[in-house]
Amino acid sequence: MEQKKLSIIAFSGDFDKLTAVFTLGTGAAAVGYEVNIFFTFWGLDAIKRKQGRSFTGGNWLTKIFGFMMGGLKVTPTSRFNFLGAGPKIFRYLMRKNNVATLEELVDAAKALGINFYACEMAMHVLGLKKEDFIPEVKDVLGVASFLNLSEGGRTLFI
Amino acid sequence: MATKVLDITKEHCPMTFVKTKIELSKLQPGDSLEVLLSEGEPLDNVPRNAKDQGFDVRSVEHVEGSIYKVIIQK
Repeated sequence: MEQKKLSIIAFSGDFDKLTAVFTLGTGAAAVGYEVNIFFTFWGLDAIKRKQGRSFTGGNWLTKIFGFMMGGLKVTPTSRFNFLGAGPKIFRYLMRKNNVATLEELVDAAKALGINFYACEMAMHVLGLKKEDFIPEVKDVLGVASFLNLSEGGRTLFI
Repeated sequence: MATKVLDITKEHCPMTFVKTKIELSKLQPGDSLEVLLSEGEPLDNVPRNAKDQGFDVRSVEHVEGSIYKVIIQK
């Protein structure tokens, strides 16, 4: 039997939507799916090596963007962000209720060998290089390669 | 022929089966994993997924209240 496959396009850099990406991804990997996550645009924040705010980028404009977007630790929630207090409240609630936090889910995704890919075009726009990302990022891809990779499985856009 | 114990009674989806999968992947042939889990989704899915992935589910026992013990062997 051919291995089942789930490919997720992680477009959003929101804390809650990234939590959905990694919950579905780790869950699928744990039940035997091959899982590919293609990070693009705001979603690239999740795989930056520097998880706080830093001036990543090629020129002054993308450096400012890089600082404003930040990394995994400073992702905002799509609702109830309260100037950055929202994600802290959610992390507290998740810990209190024994639900995996976003960081724990990302660690689990790495342990399960989920394939991380970065979008070449978005990286170019934002002045990001492969070295700006965590080493688990397997490759830098475009649309054609992603379609090829996701062929025969299920695809989600989050 | 080692046996490892994994308690996922306090975990929630997807960590129930994520933690099980990570522990199962460390087993050598003949080794067993004893999983303590709650009824409902973990009890419905953990043994089934282990079986689907080629492991041998040796037993499913009721421990107390809503807690069950599942023994999985590689």
